Amino acid sequence: MTGTLDVVVRLLAVFVAFLVLPLVVGQTEHKVMAHMQGRLGPMYAGGFHGWAQLVADGVKFAQKEDVVPAGADRRIFQLAPAVALLPYLLVLVAIPIGPGNQVGQSVDAGIFFVLAVMGVGVLGSMMAGWASANKFSLLGGLRTAAQLLAYELPMVLAAASVAMAAGTVSLVGVLDAFHWWWVPWQIVGGLVFFTAGLAELQRPPFDMPVADSEIIFGAYTEYTGLRFALFLLSEYAGIVVLCGLTTVLFLGGWHGPFGADGLGWLWTLLKTAVLAFVVIWLRVSYPRLREDQLQKLAWTVLIPLALAQIALTGVVKVVIQ
Amino acid sequence: MPETTVRTADAGLGLAAGYFHSYSVVGLLAVVGVVFVAVAFASGRLLRPVVPTREKMLTYECGVDPVGEGWAHTQVRYYVYAFLYVIFAVDSIFLFPWATVFAAPGFGSTTLVEMFVFLGFLAVGLLYAWKKGVLEWT
Repeated sequence: MTGTLDVVVRLLAVFVAFLVLPLVVGQTEHKVMAHMQGRLGPMYAGGFHGWAQLVADGVKFAQKEDVVPAGADRRIFQLAPAVALLPYLLVLVAIPIGPGNQVGQSVDAGIFFVLAVMGVGVLGSMMAGWASANKFSLLGGLRTAAQLLAYELPMVLAAASVAMAAGTVSLVGVLDAFHWWWVPWQIVGGLVFFTAGLAELQRPPFDMPVADSEIIFGAYTEYTGLRFALFLLSEYAGIVVLCGLTTVLFLGGWHGPFGADGLGWLWTLLKTAVLAFVVIWLRVSYPRLREDQLQKLAWTVLIPLALAQIALTGVVKVVIQ
Repeated sequence: MPETTVRTADAGLGLAAGYFHSYSVVGLLAVVGVVFVAVAFASGRLLRPVVPTREKMLTYECGVDPVGEGWAHTQVRYYVYAFLYVIFAVDSIFLFPWATVFAAPGFGSTTLVEMFVFLGFLAVGLLYAWKKGVLEWT
């Protein structure tokens, strides 16, 4: 019985985190972007510095008409937002936030599971792009597919480097094996992983699939109301997942200079928050790349760097054994 | 040696039970997620207005009525990248099982040399593609 209760509590915690953390990141993005651009951002909703802006947005989205274009592939069109969103919920369960059993569910093949499931989310964008029967959406979907070919490989290679260092593919196991000098040791892999992750999330400077000034909003052009809101939620859930994974794999997760035993989860949250801030910062700072520039960056910079990181990891690991 | 066989079978069962337990929890979460989406869509249907008009159901392209159909023929310029990606991705998957044991006692420098052979193959493949001009978009 206690076992069942334990599972229920864990799943509930994961689900609440999945609903709350993306909103926090979204609100932070509103405010941080505004202040970086000399504006105030939302100030009205909820009273105090517009804290309830995204709640108000959600209420608005839920009341909007759900328009499915007459020419669209109706079922696929309606299903796409769910396919884009749910993988990030599933990934969240495997990310450890503290020592011991402070994880939704420890999955043995953690790194593998996480990379595989995250890959499914992209299908949602492609389904949306194809099913909309809209030329701009189709272009957006094709760009999403092109992007997939660019970032997936560097991401997998960088993660493999960490698996080599730890001698395990379990995320919990990686953190148990962690030492502080892994950060400089794996820093190149970490940068590759984070950059590739940005491309997966279609965040600036890699937002060509939704480039609003070229192809309206890419695969999401025809979406309205709740389904559009789910796509937005999946983007921000993706930021949380990417930053959390980078934290766990490359920044030592719950390890910190002090208090790692009791307050380890606070370290995880802090590191994730700093990375999420960097994601927002990059959006404000850099112009959009072209799709071919991303391919060039991936195949001539990221992949060679990731391979070099694997070589370095292998040599150091065998030498210290 | 019947005894050891039994023991390893027991250990195997325990391992399998843990394996299926962790993935059944993941499956449960997937069910939670599907229910969440279903409830959201169902309640959305109750909350929102439905006032379709012919103009509203039209495909949105630049505010001008769309010409031709949406599923247009396009040239997928990056299909060579796709081939390259599939080859490399399948290769890199083999890294993971190797990564967990390569530094275990008794392996050491042999596996390290093997790693460089493997990386060499990947690097040569990449260099060849680069030289052939495959990594150019046009």
